Amino acid sequence: MQLIKTLSATALLVAASGTAYADDMASNMTLVSWGGAYQASQVAAYAEPYKAMHPDVTITWDESSNEAVAKLRAMNEANNVTWDLVDVVAADALRLCDEGLAMEIDANELLAPAPDGTSAEDDFGDLLVSDCYIPQIVYSTTVGFRTDMVPEGTAAPTDICALFDTKTYPGMRSLEKRPINNMEWALLCDGVAKDEVYDVLGTPEGQQQALDKLATIKDDVIWWSAGADTPQLLADGEVFMGSTYNGRLFSAIVEQDQPIGMLWDAQVFDLDGWIIPAGLPEDRLARVKDFVRFATDTQRLADQSKYISYGPARASSAPLVGKHATLGIDMAPHMPTDPANSKNTFLYNYEFWADYRDDIDAKFQAWLAQ
Amino acid sequence: MLIAPLLLFVVVTFIVPILSMLFRSVENDIVPDTIPGVVTELAEWDGSAGLPPSEQVFRYLYLDLFKASEAKQHTRLGTRLNYEKTGLSSLLRTTGRSLDDVGEEWQDPLEDIDANFKDGAFWYQMMSGTDGEDLLEERRDLWAAMVGESMAGDVGFVPSEQVAQMLPWTTRAYTDFAIWTAIEDEDSVAEEDPWEAVYGALGMDLTNPETVTAIQSYTGPGADALKAAAANVGQLPQTGFREAFAAENEDWLSPDVWATIKLYSSSMTSGYFLNAVDMQLTPDGIEQKPENQQIYTQLFMRTLVMALIITASCVVLGYPVAWLLANLPMRTASILMILVLLPFWTSLLVRTSAWKVLLQQQGVINEILVWLGFVNDADRLILMNNATGTIIAMTHILLPFMILPLYSVMKTIQPSYLRAAKSLGATNWTAFWRVYFPQSVPGIGAGSILVFILAIGYYITPEIVGGTSGVFISNRIAYHISSSLNWGLAAALGSILLVVVLGLYWCYDKIVGIDNVKLGG
Repeated sequence: MQLIKTLSATALLVAASGTAYADDMASNMTLVSWGGAYQASQVAAYAEPYKAMHPDVTITWDESSNEAVAKLRAMNEANNVTWDLVDVVAADALRLCDEGLAMEIDANELLAPAPDGTSAEDDFGDLLVSDCYIPQIVYSTTVGFRTDMVPEGTAAPTDICALFDTKTYPGMRSLEKRPINNMEWALLCDGVAKDEVYDVLGTPEGQQQALDKLATIKDDVIWWSAGADTPQLLADGEVFMGSTYNGRLFSAIVEQDQPIGMLWDAQVFDLDGWIIPAGLPEDRLARVKDFVRFATDTQRLADQSKYISYGPARASSAPLVGKHATLGIDMAPHMPTDPANSKNTFLYNYEFWADYRDDIDAKFQAWLAQ
Repeated sequence: MLIAPLLLFVVVTFIVPILSMLFRSVENDIVPDTIPGVVTELAEWDGSAGLPPSEQVFRYLYLDLFKASEAKQHTRLGTRLNYEKTGLSSLLRTTGRSLDDVGEEWQDPLEDIDANFKDGAFWYQMMSGTDGEDLLEERRDLWAAMVGESMAGDVGFVPSEQVAQMLPWTTRAYTDFAIWTAIEDEDSVAEEDPWEAVYGALGMDLTNPETVTAIQSYTGPGADALKAAAANVGQLPQTGFREAFAAENEDWLSPDVWATIKLYSSSMTSGYFLNAVDMQLTPDGIEQKPENQQIYTQLFMRTLVMALIITASCVVLGYPVAWLLANLPMRTASILMILVLLPFWTSLLVRTSAWKVLLQQQGVINEILVWLGFVNDADRLILMNNATGTIIAMTHILLPFMILPLYSVMKTIQPSYLRAAKSLGATNWTAFWRVYFPQSVPGIGAGSILVFILAIGYYITPEIVGGTSGVFISNRIAYHISSSLNWGLAAALGSILLVVVLGLYWCYDKIVGIDNVKLGG
């Protein structure tokens, strides 16, 4: 008798929670990401396990992250935000937050604590660069070079300034067609100390100094605008060395077996993560919050690194990084955050670029056009 | 009448959005809507003295910004002003975070003087009254302008006219708080503790000796607390809001910052258009931008010149093909026609990427030239990532737009005219030049207009093969739309491009005559 009572009570409870749950949360979600290998890693590490737990939820992916800021603004003006969760880089998150297009979050309330009980805020630490931002991974912009094009009798480059040294390392370079990162590297190689780079870059003289340094290799540079360009140019032998995201170089080197080497020196760390668009209806918001809490917990972030060589944003995920899902190689040595790789790193200054972006970009573009 | 549905469709889906987008190039409502008090007060400030504005301006700044930060509008204002002066984005962002702390400098001593000030219900009682409807509506309109919503609804609070006379700053701040609490937060005003800004505003009122006198004879709700506050003014911060802002960030004392705000405080601006032609607005008038920031005029010129080159090469390459198409026997001509149309039907991106494979330095063309010995291996031709690449790829892509109108015009030219000319003794050349060519000019005109107008707005191909010297103005427009989010500047550049194209069209009409253009028969 007692057993039946307990059972029926449990059944009732389950039924009640089931209906309450169905009322509270929308059953579909539109997630926005970058497509390609990166999105595939998110599907495998976050979305599929989540769907296994909630089979009635449908997840739609939209590959619009590179124009997410403009599209979100347009959606917001039309009062019809169709996205539920958007993957953006930190600088974009900062702007979306500034524009009121992203929802402000309370990290400790929204995100799961680490397994040892450390609060989410402490676990993510400094990486919570904006009030709206939930970081997932740390990636870096770094330089790759053709190992077979290194001149005979010369050691392979190990220093970022090899970019500017066309005497020792002749050949074309590929750099991103924007000032960010290039200006910093130029100053570093022009004798500016690492912790003074942004102070110098904040002055018109410093900006000119960086452009002058870049001018020494201007004729040797192909300027890229898509992340896939540099790996392609390297594979074709069009350039000797070029900057791109470390994950792209990883797939060119490890997965496609190209004769490319990696220069981790002065790699520039940046973040990628989620923002929740402002003004979502309650049921959709509840679903997204549920998903985000799951998708950014310690285990899920560590799982993502099985598929792509980007470092998890939580400190507590780092020890859990394992082997590549299909190749079976250890992923830790390919992470930008690995101690061997991060001997000399450069931290991208979001606040600086939020302020100086328009100004320096105008100068940079005018310089390019000359 | 029959075209009315189509006309309506075009107006709604095409003309209206384009006009509203172009309107952004002059619109500047965000400044006067977000900080209306500052804008009004700043009109009297003279920046040439090199001094920051008065305390009065900073008081308005505090209350306006407090409202804006509640509504998360201050950062938008920062983004807007940062286009004109670097650093304003972070200035407004960081200041927005510290506004609560500034208010607490007044809140804490006020609450120590009389504990009633801690109580939301006490405040509600003190501020409520009669005859304040006009004030309420005035504040509601300001809110509506700032957030772009109507803010209609029952606030559940009417300010007291008597208190408003005595405590003008406080009443305005409290009314703003009441409207936001009731309409946006959907809470009951009486149950909520007022904003820190309300305490700051009371501090502003208490610096006025007339207010202190008026409080002595005031007997309404909250009289005791107000009298206590007036008697203990010495416990409140003796510094003003100018010092408070300067303590948060000394840039607030910079006359340059204020000059920028004043310059862009009207609801219409010529700033974007000036920017689009490498000029800028300064307190001393309109000036050329420094040379190292000039880019747009050069890009406009380059776009025009390259579009003309592309059009010309399309004519040169397309004319013989069209002639062949029009004069070959039907069967051969239709095979040739398929060859013309095939690339026309292939995706633009695919064709451009194919050109990339062909043109790059290790690409097919260079390999063949090196293999044939025409080119030394060490100095391969640089065919892409420059203007050459853009011209080659775009000429190929736009060629069908030239061939098709040419072909349809040539098809109508009677071969007997040429035979007649020759039978009268004309050489082949004279027959072509004097008889055939003039009849084909309408086709050249139609093809040139099509190709030129398409070329001038091209975006994808220059982006992929253009490098830095082969990009067009449209690439910058795209950058400002999707990346820098400076839609005002993008709209200004777009408007200029539109006007230039219309102007050229008009010239063409004057010179060649638009009647002289035929797309077919």
